[in-house]
Order: sequence, then C-alpha cells, then structure tokens
Amino acid sequence: MLKFALAALAAPIALTCASAAMAETHTIEPGEGAQERLQEALILAEPGDEIVLAAGRYALTDGLSLDVNGVTLRGAGMDASVLDFTAQEGAGEGLLVTSDDVTLRDFGIENAKGDGIKSKGADQIIYHAIRVEWTGGPDASNGAYGIYPVEASNVLVQDSYVRGASDAGIYVGQSENIIVRRNRVVENVAGIEIENSNFAEVTENLATKNTGGILVFDLPGLPKVGGGNVLVARNAVIDNNTDNFAPEGNIVASVPAGTGVMVMANTGVHIRDNALINNGTSHIMLIAYSQPFDDERYQPRPKNVHIGDNIYSRAGFAPDFEGGQALLAALSRDTLPAILTDGLHENATVFGGEWAVSMGLQEVGQPLSQARPDIIKLPPPPPIVASVNPSDTVKALEARLK
Amino acid sequence: MKRGAILLGLASLALAGAVSQSEARSPVAVNNSAVMQGKPKTLSEFSFFARPGSQESFSAAAYTLNTPLYSDGADKLRFAYVPYGKAMKANGDGLLEFPVGSALIKTFAFGEGADRRLIETRLLLHRAEGWVALPYVWNEEQTDARLALAGARIPVTRPDGTEISYRVPNKNQCKQCHVKDGGVTPIGPKARNLPTQWLREAVAGGRLDKMPMVTAGLPHWGERDSESADVAAFARAYLDVNCAHCHQPGGMASNSGLDLRWEQGDPHALGIRKPPVAAGRGAGGLLVSIEPGAPDKSILVHRMASTEPGVAMPELGKSTVDEEGLAMIRQWIDEMPAQ
Repeated sequence: MLKFALAALAAPIALTCASAAMAETHTIEPGEGAQERLQEALILAEPGDEIVLAAGRYALTDGLSLDVNGVTLRGAGMDASVLDFTAQEGAGEGLLVTSDDVTLRDFGIENAKGDGIKSKGADQIIYHAIRVEWTGGPDASNGAYGIYPVEASNVLVQDSYVRGASDAGIYVGQSENIIVRRNRVVENVAGIEIENSNFAEVTENLATKNTGGILVFDLPGLPKVGGGNVLVARNAVIDNNTDNFAPEGNIVASVPAGTGVMVMANTGVHIRDNALINNGTSHIMLIAYSQPFDDERYQPRPKNVHIGDNIYSRAGFAPDFEGGQALLAALSRDTLPAILTDGLHENATVFGGEWAVSMGLQEVGQPLSQARPDIIKLPPPPPIVASVNPSDTVKALEARLK
Repeated sequence: MKRGAILLGLASLALAGAVSQSEARSPVAVNNSAVMQGKPKTLSEFSFFARPGSQESFSAAAYTLNTPLYSDGADKLRFAYVPYGKAMKANGDGLLEFPVGSALIKTFAFGEGADRRLIETRLLLHRAEGWVALPYVWNEEQTDARLALAGARIPVTRPDGTEISYRVPNKNQCKQCHVKDGGVTPIGPKARNLPTQWLREAVAGGRLDKMPMVTAGLPHWGERDSESADVAAFARAYLDVNCAHCHQPGGMASNSGLDLRWEQGDPHALGIRKPPVAAGRGAGGLLVSIEPGAPDKSILVHRMASTEPGVAMPELGKSTVDEEGLAMIRQWIDEMPAQ
C-alpha cells in the first residue's frame, strides 16, 4: 500500500524528467565579466537546464534574475560558490526568480543591497542549502529579507542559513503549501516569518539570536489575506534576545526583543514539540493586529491556536515592551510564564492546560496602557484537532533533489 | 540627390509625429521575420530605420507621451511599427491593441544636436506567442546597436554635466516592468497618455481602427508650471506612468497592495495612511506610504528621493533622482488635507 502511494507521487516527476531529456549543463566560472556571463546564461537557459556556479567568489554590480521555468541554479556549496553583492549598484534584490519549477541550491549570497533572493509568483520553487548573509551582522542598513518567496504555491525552503536580515531571514508571504525545515536563522530581526499564507509547515529549524524566532502573521489590505493552517513543530528557538534593528514603520519593528514564537491574527496554528529556550519576553505570544484597518476580509485576532507539548526553559525574564518591568512587579514575579496573550485570542488551547499571562485587553486596537494583566489558565484542546496537510505536490518536490 | 532630399523631408515629418498612411509605407521594408522570431544580434537587422545609425523611420510612426517615464533624464525617441495592411485597435482610454507583427521601439539618448549620443534601443516585439522584450546597446561609432541580453552599465555624462553609471536593463528586467498577469505587455501607448492629434492622424492614416474614448486624458507634463495646473492630476499622472506598471494588481509589486494606477480611487490602495508591507529598510523609519499634509513623513517621497539600491524607487532604470517629479509629488501630498 505504501509502495503504491510512492509510485503515484513519482509519476509527475518522471514526466518532468522525460521532457528535460535534452537538458544541458552550463558552467559559469567567477572572474572578469561574471555579471554578464551569468545573467546571459540565466536568460538563455531552456527548461530543464542546469546552470552550475563553479566554486569561487562572483563580484556583482547588479541584481540577477531568472525567468525560465524548470531551471536549476547550483553552486559547489553555500560557502564555496558565493555571489557577492557588496558593490551592487542597482535592483531591489540579489537574485529575482519569476518562473516556476526552479531549484536553487548550494550557493551563497552576500551583502545584497535589498533582499537576498526574492521569488515572486514562482510556483514549485526549491531553496536548498542556500546561504544568505549580511556579513557585518545585525544592522538597520542590511537588506530586508534573506530568502523571500511571495505569491506562490508549493514552496520548499530547507537546509539553508540566513544571517543579518533587517526584516526576516526567511520570509514566505501570500503563498500556500509551504515547507520550511532544517534551516538555521541567526541574528535577523525575525528568524522565520510566515505572512498571509496558508498550509505551512515550519519544522526542525534552529532560530537563534534573532529579535523574534518564528513569526506567523496576517496583515490586512493585501491581495491575499486570511493566513492560517500553520504548523510550527520540532524547532529549536533559543536566545532570541537581539535588540530590534528593523527600520521603524515595518511590522516587525514592533516585535519585542526576546520573542520566541509570535502569532498575530491567523486562524489555525499548531505550536508543538519545540524547544523554547531563554527568550526574554516570551516563548509564545498571541497578539491581535492593533492598527486601524479597512478590509472586510480580515479578522485581526489569533484564532484556533493549539499549543502542544513544547520544552520550555526560563522565559519572560526581560519583557521588552512598555510596562514590562511594571508587569513583573504587579504580578510579583521574576519571570513571566512561557505563554503571553494580549487577551484577544479566540479559542487558544494548550495540551494539558497551561498558565499564561494575559494583558487582559477587551477590544482589538485597545492600547496596552489600558491593559489589565492577569495570570490565566489556557484550557486543554478538545479531543480532535484539525490537522495540517500541505499538498502532495510539495512533498513531491523533494524528489528533484535526488 | 533629389531622392535624399525627399527622404529628409519625410524624416522631419516622422519626428514631428505626423505620419500619414502613404508616408508610413516606405520603400525601406522592415524585416518582418526578425520581428516575429529569433533574437537578432543587431538592431539594423530589423531595418526599422532609414539608414545605419539614424533615428528616422518611414515604417514606424514616431510618437510622444503626454507624461513620460523618467529615465535618468534621457531623451527618448519612440516609434510604433504596425505591419502593412494591419491596424491598431482602440480600447477605451487604455493601451492600444497592437496586431501581431507590431513593434514598439524606444531609443534612449543624451545630448543635443551633434552632441547627441544614442545609448540604447529597447524593442517590444509582438509575436505569435506574445510580446518579447529585447535590449540593444549602441556602439561607440553610433552606427548600430548590439543585442545585450544581460544588459550593461555605461558611463554617461548628462547635459547638466553630471556623470552617472547608466543601467541598460537585461532582458528579464525589461519584463519586470512590462509584466502583467505573467505575460509581457507594453506600458506607454495608452490612449489617455497619447496626444489627441497623433491618435487622429493614426485613424486618418488607417493605422488605428477608431478614435479611442478618452474621458480623462493625462496632462502634458511640460505644462505643469502653468498657473491653472491641477497638481493632483499631474501627480497622479506621474505615479501612473512612473510607478503603476509595477504597483498594480498583476504587476511586479502587486504583493505590496499599493495600486498607483490613474484609475484607482481608493485612498488606501493609493497609499494614503497605508502601512508598508515588505518595504524593509526602504520605509526609512516612516509609518505610511502617504501621510496627508506631510511629504516628509511619506515613504513614497522617501523612496523617490533615494538613489540607494534597496531603498530607491523605481528599483530599475534609476541612478538619479527625478527632482521635478519629486517636487510634484511633494506638493500634492503637502496640499492634501491633513484631516
């Protein structure tokens, strides 16, 4: 039975391979004219082709882009083949992908002036073993996003490393069917952010030394709203206490230092089996969107959030929001409980039941100055919990890496 | 000799945008197969122009736009080629519909008269499979332009003496601005942004099926300093032409939720008190795209005023700030009631 299921999954892959029988490999070497040679290869590639970045450092002055379906861009390793954008003069990102069925793997991107790699409307994309880094570490002048797929179906981001993004290391926006796994995100404002997206699995990642480890957000007024069905499981979310270095105005600029996992709006989020260690404001925060909005489609509260069996160490020892210290004093505590809610969640449960601190807000948009904080008990979940099922298509993407 | 004189006479007519049917059908035949397929290595292979290095065409109609896109202050020579026996179709105040086999030709140049230097010519070719964009870079001798799929950077001295690193977009970057719902589309020749006289002549010459219905045409950018100038109309025209090709549903920046098209009426979609989505450091510490009455608190102004990659808007084709456009947008926001 299992064998049968696997065969069914493999069938579409086999068809893809057959049509790519004439696929060619184009190897690009670093050095003089790398910008033009690499960009030309990206333009002239045919579906099924592989463009290989030989080991070395590529000094680039302008953004690169790929607009051909079914192309693989492969380096000799995330530290071996490095696209260096330190001298970039133009474009909004290092590499832009606008075609489907693209595989990006085994190369590094350094010091892009805007985003590292952006893929827009690029379905079935794989980011595998990619490094995007701003080598000077946290700085407000770093680019916003490291790995940035947006408006796509079927996204796989794995085994990658992002450091220094002034917004989110790995940001998946307005997409669906998403797997983000086994990545390391270090010293970004947000380690991983899933925004206005559905059916996402965020698993087995290490998020450390960011301002916030993993964010699950939904914002109003965008082409796609109504994010939800997100699984955050088996991640290590450790020491995310870096001062927020995002430029003001961005939604992540409001994320307190010391945030482990933060859910804003969204319907249907599971947070389970994570190790949540030493996050100074809170391990898990449930927050409503607090700004005015005019969007009938939008529901601003976190809803149906189910928190499973996580491992918690000390949390809430340095709450980084207005009145944080006063809150500790008022509650006569040295630390806050692992879970913090603004009080506006709907149907949040915790496996086995769990104490949480609630700011006791009554209405969406109410300022924190009107908070009436209290320690509350979040109830255990009902016996049956809806499960998250990213489509088989996403799972089938793995086969391309074999 | 005599023939040369006639040609010159026709050429000046073409440049003035007054090409009638008979004049447009020239003895210099455009290479229609180059328009329809392949990636010709040189611009001359198309035979759009009368002779090597010239910007005079008998086959393609020169046109201007009421409000043009700013491209580092480059002068632009625009031509529309429609194959013999075919015609464009009017489509309300929007983009003219070009038959398959058409080409839009845009040459970027700096300097006047004998000092004029052609930098690049961008082609949009309407093929059976859709529009295709190809960039060509002019040689030093100014005799022909070569295909530059990967784009180029060219040092340019502008008329005001400033030196810039002028960016010729690569083929994909052409598409980034020209994409709509996944396909490539022209941007400029919308009926509302074309001179009425040009449209009339196109109809009279049989190159356009009928006079387009334009209720609110874009103002003529050159008239913005007149006393009766409607600041909002100029500002909205500027945003439509310079920003809306990306900032609209189905455009490259659709995910921003910002829609700067001429026809957009929703203040939030236009950016009024709209928080940024994925602007990152581009927001510059500001909270909304447009803060009525406060241009200095508006992300729109901040990004227009920057030349830094990652902050600067537009993202492509910009290495200098359009001070005149920026002034117009500042004035528009400044005059908005702060409520």
